[in-house]
Amino acid sequence: MTATAEAPAAGEVASFEVTLRIRRMNPEGTSEHGAGEEYWEEHTIQAHATDRVLDALHKIKWDIDGSLAFRRSCAHGVCGSDAMRINARNRLACKTLLKDLNPAKPIMVEPIKGLPVEKDLIVDMEPFFASYREIMPFLMTSGPTPERERLQTPEERQRFDDTTKCILCAACTTSCPVFWTDGQYFGPQAIVGAHRFIFDSRDEGQWDRLEILNDKAGVWKCRTAFNCTEACPRGIEVTKAISEVKKVLNTGEI
Amino acid sequence: MTLHEYDVVIVGAGGAGMRAALESSQRARTACLTKLYPTRSHTGAAQGGMAAALSNVEDDNAEWHTFDTIKGGDYLVDQDAAEILCNEAIDAVLDLEKMGLPFNRTEEGKVDQRRFGGHTRNHGEAAVRRACYSADRTGHMILQTLYQQCIKQEVEFFNEFYVLDLLLDKDPQSTPEGEEVSVAGVVAYELATGEIHTFRAKSVIFATGGAGKVFKTTSNAHTLTGDGMAIAYNAGLPLEDMEFFQFHPTGLAGLGILLSEAARGEGGILRNSEGERFMERYAPTIKDLAPRDMVARAMANEVREGRGCGPHKDYVLLDLTHLEPAHIDAKLPDITEFARTYLGVEPYTEPVPVYPTAHYAMGGIPTNVQGEVLRNNTDKVKGLYAAGECACVSVHGANRLGTNSLLDINVFGRRAGIAAAEHALATEAAAELPEDAEGRLRAWVERLRDTVGTPGAESIAQVRRELQETMDRNAQVFRDEASLSAAKADIAALKERYEAVGIHDRGQRYNTDLLEAIELGFLLDLAEVVVEGALARKESRGGHYREDFPTRDDENFMRHTMVYGGEQLRLDYKPVVVTKYQPMERKY
Repeated sequence: MTATAEAPAAGEVASFEVTLRIRRMNPEGTSEHGAGEEYWEEHTIQAHATDRVLDALHKIKWDIDGSLAFRRSCAHGVCGSDAMRINARNRLACKTLLKDLNPAKPIMVEPIKGLPVEKDLIVDMEPFFASYREIMPFLMTSGPTPERERLQTPEERQRFDDTTKCILCAACTTSCPVFWTDGQYFGPQAIVGAHRFIFDSRDEGQWDRLEILNDKAGVWKCRTAFNCTEACPRGIEVTKAISEVKKVLNTGEI
Repeated sequence: MTLHEYDVVIVGAGGAGMRAALESSQRARTACLTKLYPTRSHTGAAQGGMAAALSNVEDDNAEWHTFDTIKGGDYLVDQDAAEILCNEAIDAVLDLEKMGLPFNRTEEGKVDQRRFGGHTRNHGEAAVRRACYSADRTGHMILQTLYQQCIKQEVEFFNEFYVLDLLLDKDPQSTPEGEEVSVAGVVAYELATGEIHTFRAKSVIFATGGAGKVFKTTSNAHTLTGDGMAIAYNAGLPLEDMEFFQFHPTGLAGLGILLSEAARGEGGILRNSEGERFMERYAPTIKDLAPRDMVARAMANEVREGRGCGPHKDYVLLDLTHLEPAHIDAKLPDITEFARTYLGVEPYTEPVPVYPTAHYAMGGIPTNVQGEVLRNNTDKVKGLYAAGECACVSVHGANRLGTNSLLDINVFGRRAGIAAAEHALATEAAAELPEDAEGRLRAWVERLRDTVGTPGAESIAQVRRELQETMDRNAQVFRDEASLSAAKADIAALKERYEAVGIHDRGQRYNTDLLEAIELGFLLDLAEVVVEGALARKESRGGHYREDFPTRDDENFMRHTMVYGGEQLRLDYKPVVVTKYQPMERKY
């Protein structure tokens, strides 16, 4: 008498076996591994066609080893919690379908690179957010506050649409070879965050931000490796945004 | 143990929490605690828009919005609160725009608006364009904008701090009516270290969001485990109208991932296996843009009468194929990508399989219009506030209209932030902490740690799965005495098994295993409240539909349910505030 959907889409497809090879580290140590020791661990589980890497990690955590640590929340690619290095590429675990990853081979899951690993797939996000804060990611205006909304044409709004999509997952920044090796570089996300305001017709703080980006730790460190654009789970053209910022710095015109 | 002292402590950093923090931190020393990072909050998953009668694209006014909100809530809405919500909506949207929120724009450069379910012109004449939006990522933009403003204002965040206990100076249940009970602070567990922190504060605001993980098929995040509601309940405070849970019509079939009502606002049509636009039969005037409870029921009804689609005939179709791809890309880019990513369906050319998904708790911690928490029908808890989904003001009544929740968090988050700061400034000292303030949490955590390695221990995941399954089976869109009684019995058995639950991770650092066990306890408590309220409400109203009592019964049930916990769960009722809208039959 009650009507509920019993996984109709998934129910049709036979389940398949998949092996995950997970990079693990327990800062307190385990019975087999020392504190802070990094090691690989393999688990094989049954998966369905609609299952994502996050589902597989949950199966392991929930049914095999509860100590496996990773962050996640929304599970559909909008909260930015579960960026990981999956088969050597940064992706969101909740947006990566197992069936798209060649389940014949073990799927390699590692923490994102360039930030200190805290436990298993969890890294210290604080340096990443600190870079974001540094570019003053908020609207700056002068003069009296208008009574109604500030006007902005659809074309002006479109100008910075791409970079408003950022969910601060760090997939771009932690895919950047310069970020890995250069402890000073802001990383692509901070430039994306700045771009969103620099090209917003309402904002008057562009040159403050551009000055920060023009700094030695800023935009000139980018070597256009395009890793960031490939890594972005929101499809933001990160490299393009960076080059637009570079262009403004070169020409002095927004 | 570490002790922190603040004027105001805000629990939760989603829309309501950060909107409150922006007000409170201007006025008083404020800490904002979140079990995630602020930008991970589920406000960011909201898609379609935020309602406000701006009249930017067509004639509209706050009174029409108020009427729609009350009618949409099936007359369980407190009408004074709805008036505030709709009157303050306009400034709430304009405030966000001034903070930098990138709304979609009209040709003249104003905030653009679109249609949404249950929002009408002149008391139901036709759908009205009231939803202010930013493509189908309005919640994302609100969350990001509020976070950006918090950075600007240097709001002090405690990230990945799980608040797990609420400290009051007296037991709110045994303290006689009329006597004062005050908040003293909260106790939090720090994920990174396992350390327990006590926060003493003159004011505390709960803005902890929803509890969708009570159900299996849900649009809610894994972290939406109703912590704030359950903590308040376990501290002796009542929960209001918890039997009213919104099932959003268009979840991706089998997965529950939300596809915004904006899809229908932009012209999308629901069809059954015969290709019929079945909403014409259920809501002849506004059809697919009827309120969510009616659409969800209509869909479930199509399925059970055999007109469902797919090999198991267990979903219906959301058809966007008649819309221009460019229009879809401009207005609905994210949800169409969800359909492609998760179901492999191309919405340009194929209709998308959808089915109702547990989405939103209309009920929650009872508050007045200043956000002050009530400990019974009349007495406030001094210094304690709640706002957003975890609260029940009640502006949503028995069924929330789409786009009214992003509005709610902004209007009542702001109000709670101001009220909490003003209370703190007018209060000389916070209430004394109880002796051994963190004792209860420490004992709980230690007991769970001691379960590591216990042979035959119950699995967290298994108990949770069974809870979610019984709730989907027995307390979803259609309910009756038998199904709810079955859910009640299942929950009682699961609560017993929960006592024997065992965890794997004994560690101090990032012990998410331990926290999932604690969250499961919250889910079990809340599921029980949902089901008890639903059993006692022998009528159908809004999101609560009883097949054995299929009509609304204003004489006996136009009143709020108040559930109290403790040794023995107890039900009481609270009158609905009526200003000028008399209940009438709900037709669309």
